[in-house]
Amino acid sequence: MAGPNGSRNGKAPAAPARISELLRFATAGSVDDGKSTLIGRLLYDSKQILSDQLEAVQLASERRNGNGNLDLALLTDGLRAEREQGITIDVAYRYFATPRRKFIIADTPGHEQYTRNMVTGASTADLAIVLVDARNGVVAQSKRHAFIASLLGIPHIVVAVNKMDLVDYDEATFERIAEDFCDFAARLDVHDVTTIPISALRGDNVVERSEAMRWYEGPSLLYHLEHVHIASDRNLHDVRFPVQWVIRPGADVDPDYRGYAGQVAGGVLQPGDDVVVLPSDQRTRVAAIDSFDGPLERAFPPMSVTVRLEDDVDVSRGDVICAVEAVPAPSRELVADVCWMADAPLRARGRYAIKSTTRTARAVVETVEHRVDIDTLRHDAGANELGLNDIGRVRLRTSEPLVVDSYDRNRATGSFILIDEASNDTVGAGMVVSSTS
Amino acid sequence: MNAATYELSHLRALEAEAIHVMREVAAELERPVLLFSGGKDSIVLLRLAEKAFRPGRFPFPVMHVDTGHNFPEVLEFRDRRMAELGERLIVASVQESIDSGRAVEELGPRASRNRLQTVTLLDAIEEHGFDAAFGGARRDEERARAKERIFSFRDDFGQWNPKAQRPELWNLYNGRIRRGEHVRVFPISNWTELDVWQYIAEEGLEVPPIYFAHDRDVFQRDGMLYAVSPFVELIAGEEPFSTSVRYRTVGDMSCTGAVESVAGTLEAVVAEIAATDLTERGETRADDRVTEAAMEDRKREGYF
Ligand SMILES: Nc1nc2c(ncn2[C@@H]2O[C@H](COP(=O)(O)OP(=O)(O)O)[C@@H](O)[C@H]2O)c(=O)[nH]1
Repeated sequence: MAGPNGSRNGKAPAAPARISELLRFATAGSVDDGKSTLIGRLLYDSKQILSDQLEAVQLASERRNGNGNLDLALLTDGLRAEREQGITIDVAYRYFATPRRKFIIADTPGHEQYTRNMVTGASTADLAIVLVDARNGVVAQSKRHAFIASLLGIPHIVVAVNKMDLVDYDEATFERIAEDFCDFAARLDVHDVTTIPISALRGDNVVERSEAMRWYEGPSLLYHLEHVHIASDRNLHDVRFPVQWVIRPGADVDPDYRGYAGQVAGGVLQPGDDVVVLPSDQRTRVAAIDSFDGPLERAFPPMSVTVRLEDDVDVSRGDVICAVEAVPAPSRELVADVCWMADAPLRARGRYAIKSTTRTARAVVETVEHRVDIDTLRHDAGANELGLNDIGRVRLRTSEPLVVDSYDRNRATGSFILIDEASNDTVGAGMVVSSTS
Repeated sequence: MNAATYELSHLRALEAEAIHVMREVAAELERPVLLFSGGKDSIVLLRLAEKAFRPGRFPFPVMHVDTGHNFPEVLEFRDRRMAELGERLIVASVQESIDSGRAVEELGPRASRNRLQTVTLLDAIEEHGFDAAFGGARRDEERARAKERIFSFRDDFGQWNPKAQRPELWNLYNGRIRRGEHVRVFPISNWTELDVWQYIAEEGLEVPPIYFAHDRDVFQRDGMLYAVSPFVELIAGEEPFSTSVRYRTVGDMSCTGAVESVAGTLEAVVAEIAATDLTERGETRADDRVTEAAMEDRKREGYF
């Protein structure tokens, strides 16, 4: 990775051609903070908007606003219902790329009642952009968004203080907001907060550093997105390989072949590694790591590979292959933070299907420990249910032992979903805090 | 440990995600099918299925919804590729749906069988009892798709309800359905057109020759170039001429437009896509030009 002192226009170092990485980020802001405009600006300035799309937006801008100004926000409007109401109601995904990185934006709606959408978008994000209107400063919504980002373990947060043009690009205003936010963030579990003053409408500090804010010495938003260091965000220490599918080609192809297919959820796996298969606790060794393109010397997250084992052990979907140096204890008692996504509340004794990595079991809610007041971050220990869009801590008992890690140690093995078995809906998103066997 | 040593390129990260999706479907649903059009996106799906399941066989058949108005080059390619893979191909025929009265042929010079495919597709899904169908749709194609889940539910009538989508968290997909419902699964949701071409180039995948520049008799309609074929009636004033074209998408001959191009190699095509000024659908698909919400409306009815 290039150091932070690299410059966008500086000459490229004579390094070997680097690969283009994937960065997923979520955007959040209250209505009218300028989220759509910002995304439109990023797509437009990175030349992802093609002329037929532009033409459509131009027409729509005229229809809606009655003037010839291009309304970048219209680029990102999706479904008909949303176009009619002029608001965003569901997570939409957008794409753009620069030579350094390809970006996936989870564009999540900012309204309070759509917390579940932000949680959805945030679950896979490497980074979150929280928009703040420079005129209003840090408001309750900004705090909610920051809280959800931290709860979902997003490692990097960018506070984009938008509409700087409306406060005369004033440094003191920006500093005050940055300070307010950092005061609040100190109470959250976030390690990397970057604040950037921007004008999405005019493009200041979005792609290029702004001439109007010479007092600002940090990077432009896009420069930050291109350079923020994400390679270490994965857990590369504890080997975790949840088995998805067993490959047995059968007698006509290769009667002896038995491979365990899955996506590496943690650690670096190599042939010869001593491993243990959980929850059955069988020890063996990695014989080979296969892929369609031939054998591999190692596999790491998020690679999808096929593992063969030396001994004839009994392994099936839902089992997790772990390195012997870091073996989690399979557990039937979980304490977890849950974001509730259904109209019918979560209560003690509620029963659900639970899916964790590739294993599905049943879970019963033993107790609701507390509900978090998202505005004050206070824990309401008297709460005995979680309603739609509530976030709280619960204690669950499962029908089978699950191989999990705490979410702050591994997002892939520490997360789960709860499914209502009557409606088949996904009703809860869970993050393991602790587990006991 | 130096984390930078363990970097994956964006294409390989997208590939890993897609393989994971395919294996989840194979494991959690009973009768999946992979929809194959012969186009570049479904060619990528076939390669991803090889990556997910070899040296085993695909745990599902491949199905082509045949409009009867295909480019002959594409059919020839389809049969060759399927023979190479040694996997089972099911052909669901729009012509048969018309002959049996399930679907009614549109008339006139602008007639297309595009919409009729939905009938044939849903009938085939029901007939074979499929509960999951892989498709090659991408979210960058169109605004309604940008919001569609990777696991996208269809009710008993094959309809998509954009307001009642299940939240999709982490890589934990919920594939539970009731009898009669099915799920459309889009493993390359997060790929862009350029990603697809770069992947085809990196993997050295064969694509039908119509993706490369070739001389063809075409005529101009609504600002697009269409192939002269027995499936399209010319309107007075439309004058066929021959020019060098290539296709960006593969669909029904009657509604898929060609673009003028001299890009004769994969590298030239990738360069052209990287530099293009028009979206894939805007440039080549008459079906999406009808209204601002054309795709959304067709999807609600059960289209791909
Ligand atoms: N002056 C100014 N107006 C902005 C800026 N960003 C957005 N806006 C305007 O604020 C309004 C809301 O923006 P929009 O992007 O639709 O907000 P969203 O609801 O967060 O998506 C629109 O009228 C925008 O033109 C900015 O940087 N400066």
